[in-house]
Amino acid sequence: MLTLESATVRFGARAALDAVDLEVAEHETLCVLGPSGSGKSTLLRVVAGLHPPDGGRVLLDGADQAGVPVHRRGLGLMFQDHQLFPHRDVGANVAFGLRMRGVSRRDQEHRVGELLDLVGLPGAERRAVAALSGGEQQRVALARALAPRPKLLMLDEPLGQLDRGLRERLVVELRTLFGRLGTTVLAVTHDQGEAFALADRVVVMRDGQIAQAGTPLEVWQRPASAFVARFLGFDNVVGATVAGTVADTVWGKVPVPGGSPQGACDLLVRPAGVRIGAPEEGLRCVVGTRTFRGNHVAVRLTPERGPVLEAECALRDAPEEGSAVGAGFDAAETVVLPARP
Amino acid sequence: MAVPVAFFALFFAYPVAAIVGRGLKVDGVWQFGRIGEVLARPDIREVLWFTSWQALASTALTLLIALPGAYVFARFDFPGRQLLRAVVTVPFVLPTVVVGTAFLALLGRGGFLDELWGVRLDTTVWAILLAHVFFNYAVVVRTVGGLWAQLDPRQEEAARVLGAGRFAAWRRVTLPALAPAVAAAALMVFLFTFTSFGVVQILGGPGYSTLEVEIYRQTAQLLALPTAAVLTLVQFAAVGAILAVHAWTVRRRETALRLVDPARTARRPRGAGQWALLCGVLLTVLLLILLPLGVLVERSFDTGGGHGFDFYRALASVDAGGGTFLVAPLEAIGNSLQYALVATVIALVIGGLAAAALTRRAGRLVRGFDALLMLPLGVSAVTVGFGFLITLDKPPLDLRTSWILVPLAQALVGVPFVVRTMLPVLRAVDGRLREAASVLGASPLRAWREVDLPLVRRALLVAAGFAFAVSLGEFGATVFIARPDRPTLPVAVARLLGRAGELNYGQAMALSTILMVVCAVSLLLLERIRTDRSGEF
Repeated sequence: MLTLESATVRFGARAALDAVDLEVAEHETLCVLGPSGSGKSTLLRVVAGLHPPDGGRVLLDGADQAGVPVHRRGLGLMFQDHQLFPHRDVGANVAFGLRMRGVSRRDQEHRVGELLDLVGLPGAERRAVAALSGGEQQRVALARALAPRPKLLMLDEPLGQLDRGLRERLVVELRTLFGRLGTTVLAVTHDQGEAFALADRVVVMRDGQIAQAGTPLEVWQRPASAFVARFLGFDNVVGATVAGTVADTVWGKVPVPGGSPQGACDLLVRPAGVRIGAPEEGLRCVVGTRTFRGNHVAVRLTPERGPVLEAECALRDAPEEGSAVGAGFDAAETVVLPARP
Repeated sequence: MAVPVAFFALFFAYPVAAIVGRGLKVDGVWQFGRIGEVLARPDIREVLWFTSWQALASTALTLLIALPGAYVFARFDFPGRQLLRAVVTVPFVLPTVVVGTAFLALLGRGGFLDELWGVRLDTTVWAILLAHVFFNYAVVVRTVGGLWAQLDPRQEEAARVLGAGRFAAWRRVTLPALAPAVAAAALMVFLFTFTSFGVVQILGGPGYSTLEVEIYRQTAQLLALPTAAVLTLVQFAAVGAILAVHAWTVRRRETALRLVDPARTARRPRGAGQWALLCGVLLTVLLLILLPLGVLVERSFDTGGGHGFDFYRALASVDAGGGTFLVAPLEAIGNSLQYALVATVIALVIGGLAAAALTRRAGRLVRGFDALLMLPLGVSAVTVGFGFLITLDKPPLDLRTSWILVPLAQALVGVPFVVRTMLPVLRAVDGRLREAASVLGASPLRAWREVDLPLVRRALLVAAGFAFAVSLGEFGATVFIARPDRPTLPVAVARLLGRAGELNYGQAMALSTILMVVCAVSLLLLERIRTDRSGEF
C-alpha cells in the first residue's frame, strides 16, 4: 500500500530522515515510535507531500508520488494539535474533505452525521470548535480525517495532548474502530504504551534511521539495541562478555538464555529478573527509593559496583529503604543485545 | 504575482518614468548634471531639511497622541465606540485641501481660536504638525488597534503571573507582537507627512515648503519641469530609503501570532486609571478631530448674516458656481462613489493577489516587491496624474477619454493600504491550517480561499474601507485626469476654493461637509458589516 524507498530529508547537515525503507500493508496499523527529533513527523510530512524528500521515493499502491501535489494524494492526516478550522463549526470541519471532492450536500450531511456517531459525538454538527474539550477536538479531527475515506490515514501524536485516562480509553476505541473500518493507518508517537496498544507493527526510529521493526511483542521481548531497550524504559543495560550461558558484567556473573550471541555485547536485565534476597546472597546492594506501581513495587538498588539496578517485587516483599540486600538474576528475564558499535 | 507586477509597471512605473524622462532628457540625451545643480541650491536644501524634520516631528507626535487611542479602541468597550471609530477615520479621507482649510478656519486669522482668545498658530509650524496628527490619527488607531484587538490578553496575563509588572508585561509581550503594526503605522504616517501637500500649501505660507509643494510649484507655476523632475527623483530616493529601512526592521519581527476574536478582548474600563485614560482619549478626539470638523460644518452653514442652507442649495444648480462647472456640483457625489467603488475593487484584487504572493514566498526578490508596493504612497501624486495624461494616450492603451483612468489612479494609492493591512494578518495565519486543508483535498488556491480568506475577512474589510476612503479623497492625481463634466468631490471642492467670493467658499465648505458625511456613512456601514459577520466565526 505505502512504500518508502530510501527516503531522505536533510535540514542543513542533519538528516531528519536517513535513507528510510518502510512498508505499510493494506489494513495494517503501523506505529512509528521514537523520541522527539527522531524524524517521525518528517516521515509523515514526506508521505503526505507536505515536504519534498531530498532523496528516495514514496510509492502509494505502487505509484511514485513525486510530483503529485498534497491535495491529490487522497490521504488523511490528523495533526498533532488537530488544526481544526477555527472559523467553521464541527459539521463544516468534518465535511471539509467531502466538499473538496465535490460530494453533494445531502451526502455530505449524511456522512458527517455517520462519522460523528462513529467518534461518539452524535448531533455535534453545529457546535463551535473553540467550545470543544481536548478529547472532543481529537474526535472531530479524527472524523474530519476519516470522512473522505482516505486510502491511508496518518496520525501525528494522535493522543499526545490528552490526559491519561482519556488516552487509554481512546487507544482502545481507535484500535477497535480501525479494525472495523479496515483502515490502513500510519501513526507516529513518542509514547510506547500508545504505540504498543494501537499497532499491528511497530517501527522504532532514532536520528532519522530505523532502529528496529517488528510486532509490539517482538520489540518488547527482544529489543534490538541498547537504545531501543532504554527507549522502552529499561534502564538495566550494562556492557558484558558472553561465554556459553553466562555473561560477565560489572555486576558479576549473570545467567543468560541458551543460544545467546557470544562475545562482547550489551546485556539487558528486566526489573522482573532481579531477585532480591539476603545480603549475603549475590550482589550486595543498598536499597534506594521505592515506587509503588499498583500491582508491584519498583525498587532502585545501588550495587557495590556498577550502575544502579532497577528491580520489581511484590508489595509484601519490598525491602526497607536504606537496608542492605543481595541481588540475584533470572536468566529468563535477560536479553543479550548486539554490542554497541 | 504577475498581475500586480504588470499593473504597477503599466500604471505606475511607466508614467512616472515618462515624466522624469521629459524633465531630464534634452534631445534624447540624459542630463544628470542637473541633479547636482538643483541640489546645490540653498533654497532647495532648505526645503529638503524642512520636509524631513517636520515629517519626523509629525510622526512622533502622532504616535504619542494616537497610541493610547489605539489601546482604548482595541481593549475598552464603551457606548458609541463604533461611531467614534468611524468618526476618527473621517479626517483621513478628507482631501488635504479641506483639512488645511478646516485648520485655517480653526487656527488662522479670524479663526475660531482667534475670535475666542486671540490665539493664532497659522504662521507657526504647530499648525502643520497638528493638522498632520489630525490627518493621521486614524492610521495609527486602525493599523495598531486592529491587531491589538486580536491579541490574546492571556499572553500578557501569563507574563504577569511569571512576575512581570503591568508595564513590563506590556513591554515584553504585547509591544513585540505589536511592533510590526506600529512600524507599519509609523511608516505610513511618515510617508504621508513627508509628501504632505495640501496641508502645507495652505498652512505653511511662504515660509514652509515640503518637497511635494515645491514639485507642484515648479511644475504648475514656474513650468520648470527639469527642477520638478529632479525633486521627484529625490523624493523617490528618500521614500525608497525609508521603505528599505522599514522592510529591514519589520522582517526581524514577524512571527505567527495567536489571534483571537476581538469581541472577546474588549471590556468595560475598570478603576480610576482606565477611566482617566478613556476620558483623555475622548478629550483628544474631541479637541483634535471633532473641533476642526465642527468648525468646518459651522462655516458651511454660516451665510454671513446668519445660518442657513443657502450654500447647499447653490450646490444643486449649475449656474451658481459662476461657470466653474459644466454640471451641478452635487453630481460629484455620484461620480465619486462610482469611481471609489471601482477603485476599491481594483485595489482589493491587485493588493489581495500581491499580499497572497508575499505570504507564500520568501526571498530577496519578493521582499523587494513588498517595498515597491509602497512606492505609490511616496511618489508625488501630481507626477502620477500628469504622467497618466502623457503616457496613456496612445494605442493600444488609449485610456485618456475612458472613465476607468480615474479609478486606476485611485486604486494605485489604495493598493499599498490593502497590502499593508492584509499582510500582517495573512502572515499570522498558521500555515498548518492550510496544510490540513490541502491534505483534505484542497488545491493551493482552494486552501487559500477556504482557510486564509475567512480568517482574514475582517482585515479584508478594513482594507476595503481604507481603499474606498483614500479613493474618495484622492486629489493630486485625480485633478489632472478627471473629465471636466465628471468631477469628483475633492476636485469640485478645490475648484470652488480656487475661486474668490464668499459663495464659492461657502459652497466649498458645504461640499466638504457632504464629502465628510459620505465617508462617515460608508465607514459606519463597513463597521456594521463587520460586527454582524464576526458572530459567524
